[in-house]
Amino acid sequence: MKLLEFTDKGIYCSAGDFYIDPWQPVKRAVITHAHADHARYGNQYYLCEHATVPLLKLRLGSDIKVQGVAYHETVIINGVTLSLIPAGHMIGSAQIKVDYGGEVWVASGDYKLENDGLSVPFEPVKCHSFITESTFGLPIYRWQPQEQIFSDIFQWISNNKLDGKASVLLAYSLGKAQRLLFQLKDKVDRFLVHGAIAIPHETLLSQGWLLPPVERITPETPKEDFKNAVIIAPPSAEDHVWLRRMQPYSLGICSGWMQVRGNMRRRNADAGFVLSDHADWNGLLKAVKETSAAQVFVTHGFSSVFARYLTENGILASAVSTDYGDEEIISNPEP
Amino acid sequence: MQQFSHLVKLLSGSTKTNEKLAALSQYFATAPDKDKTWVLALFSGRRPKRTVNSTQLKNWCIEVSHLPPWLFDECYHTVGDLAETIALLLPPATKLVSAPLHYWMEQLMRLDKADESIKHDFIVQSWESLDHNERFIFNKLITGGFRIGVSQKTMVNALAETYKIPAPTLSHMLSGNWSPYRVTIEDLLHLHTSGADASRPYPFYLAYALEEDPHLLGSVKDWQAEWKWDGIRGQIVKREDKLFVWSRGEELITEKFPEFQPLLNALPNGTVLDGEILTYNNGSPLPFQTLQTRIGRKNITKKQLQEAPVIFYSYDLLEYEETDIRDQPLAERRALLEKIVQLVDLPVLKLSPILEFATWQELILQRLTARQFGSEGLMLKKLSSSYQVGRKRGDWWKWKIDPFVIDAVMIYAQKGHGRRSNLYTDYTFAVKDGDKLVPFTKAYSGLTDKEITEVDRWVRQHSLEKFGPVRTVTPSLVFEIAFEGIAASNRHKSGVALRFPRIKRWRHDKPLDEINTLNDLKELLHRYTS
Repeated sequence: MKLLEFTDKGIYCSAGDFYIDPWQPVKRAVITHAHADHARYGNQYYLCEHATVPLLKLRLGSDIKVQGVAYHETVIINGVTLSLIPAGHMIGSAQIKVDYGGEVWVASGDYKLENDGLSVPFEPVKCHSFITESTFGLPIYRWQPQEQIFSDIFQWISNNKLDGKASVLLAYSLGKAQRLLFQLKDKVDRFLVHGAIAIPHETLLSQGWLLPPVERITPETPKEDFKNAVIIAPPSAEDHVWLRRMQPYSLGICSGWMQVRGNMRRRNADAGFVLSDHADWNGLLKAVKETSAAQVFVTHGFSSVFARYLTENGILASAVSTDYGDEEIISNPEP
Repeated sequence: MQQFSHLVKLLSGSTKTNEKLAALSQYFATAPDKDKTWVLALFSGRRPKRTVNSTQLKNWCIEVSHLPPWLFDECYHTVGDLAETIALLLPPATKLVSAPLHYWMEQLMRLDKADESIKHDFIVQSWESLDHNERFIFNKLITGGFRIGVSQKTMVNALAETYKIPAPTLSHMLSGNWSPYRVTIEDLLHLHTSGADASRPYPFYLAYALEEDPHLLGSVKDWQAEWKWDGIRGQIVKREDKLFVWSRGEELITEKFPEFQPLLNALPNGTVLDGEILTYNNGSPLPFQTLQTRIGRKNITKKQLQEAPVIFYSYDLLEYEETDIRDQPLAERRALLEKIVQLVDLPVLKLSPILEFATWQELILQRLTARQFGSEGLMLKKLSSSYQVGRKRGDWWKWKIDPFVIDAVMIYAQKGHGRRSNLYTDYTFAVKDGDKLVPFTKAYSGLTDKEITEVDRWVRQHSLEKFGPVRTVTPSLVFEIAFEGIAASNRHKSGVALRFPRIKRWRHDKPLDEINTLNDLKELLHRYTS
């Protein structure tokens, strides 16, 4: 029996009788981060990093039974030692390290190697078996350093102002939006945001995160407020009448998928910024190598491609199918 | 190249015609003259000669990036564009070099007869000296097919602004046979000389589809109706004792159709005819598929000439007695055309007949019989109309008959290209044959973006097997496939080939066992080809 198994409900540890990011209701769920495809409704008990707790309650209801733990704190469940290791994907995101009688498995959840300044940076963990995501597991996905990307974004905002246009940035409401706010806070003095971003923002501010103040856009927001403004909205606002009031504006999409021209063209964006909270190709390879794992399981993304490449390079790997986003993430803008 | 690369970025990044126009005008006002000629050529579909092929580019990229070939292929299927895939996979540039567009074009041309090793070294060194955007452009220049979302019309309008020449005149100046290797922008726009190229055709006048009730067009007396033919739209030019045949894509196709050679002596100098090239036998046009066998080939066999001889169905006259008569009303041009056809009196040159009708209702009924005449519907032209430039509303309308439809199930899916990159958008469909499913067509378009997203997600969840880029899927999604024509084919398993297949709608309501059968297709084939 493997320490972690892939079942139709999620990644399961039978020795400890708990699931990691289950996609069907179970008794005990260990959650890597607060995104919808990893933290789902209906589990009896949740366990996650402290910073994830308020986000989980916000999304799943304040009445869920949830235990918060600190990074590196050990929790013993039925004799299995469990600890949460920073994954660098978003606030509170963690890899799950499972240790049973000296055998160590790590499930990565989603991760990136670059320090975004807000989430605790990714830490590699030595383990026997590593379960990795592969959202951007093709060598065409190689990211620029974020300094470069944010300087491009800021330049774009400045140009829009000169043209008398508002700058509308589309970014996933939990994670990417906060990253933008955090990185732009010293250069932009006023942010207008969509309700989907204002709500988690309030929760995070109350938790003491160093985010700038934002103003929530409501039907009452006067039109002159939009003039030359910096507006952050979730990707779902793209085709929405909601955007019409902000005219004239320029639309910029922040997502790793913007790496390929076709994706940008079909989204009708004026600008695409290749900004991702997932590891790029080199990041994935580096992360896998640093675990020294003898076997690797590749989940959601370009799983079979990445697994084949690892195997050809001497790391035993196989693709496993899960319910986390999978490649379809592309249709659903990147979480 | 930076300037050109910047232009392409602006053009492909913008969705607004005004912004594209501004970017182009700015470019034409500031770029080196030699570069401008190249831009005109590239954006009007004049491909430079290919001196390096895609396989070579791919192999050298694999070599430089140290990737296994299968991984390159996976990347290519996801990106959907070879030039872009390579640009994304190459290691960062080591020594950037700045040179204008025409420099690169000339360098590439020099490779034409060079050894493979020289080509290799040039390409690899060039990659090292170009940034990401420039590499993409450079690769595109080699592989061809520059589609960046700017219409020829927009380009001509921008140029018209820069050079203060009326757009229709400019459009004519830019048509025909010229090569950016030899021609300067001054030659092209006759800024110094006036000797126009004898072969030059006129820009084609194209019709929009009629979507309203024809009664709204006014009095029937003002209109001329003709059958709409499904052949190759073309112009035949006779000037300076030479004959030229042009396709609508402004490709010179004189050599492909030796049947037209008798017109060299028969047509007077200074004559330009507009019409349709059709295969023809026993007094009626043959299906488009028979013409298709003639398009791709350089050398025509005797058998082809016998089985699928072509004729020219003329319907307009653009130049008469060495004078451009496009501004005269259609009725007058038609009268002159009839005179010419009569004078020529050769079976290879026919008049596309004018249909008699006294009321719109009569015409509506005639339209329904189009297929019997080998036609795909009607053309409606205002008798007073001049011959305009490009696609224009108002005076000319095409009014096609409704397409054939077949309900079929999706069995294979493949990722698309361009703006459909990394989305499953190219599908293969099957009909039933007993308890088997027989693939009979592919279709790439017809769904809305929202439906594409939905089908894409479905494909990812229901793919069974992978054959290279192709996924087989559980046969269960049923679609209505529309097409314009059907012909027998021994190249397809189903035995039929369709003309213009596309998805008409997604039949959520239709279960798999109610789709059409191979027999239904064969019946259609029988009904319309015998």
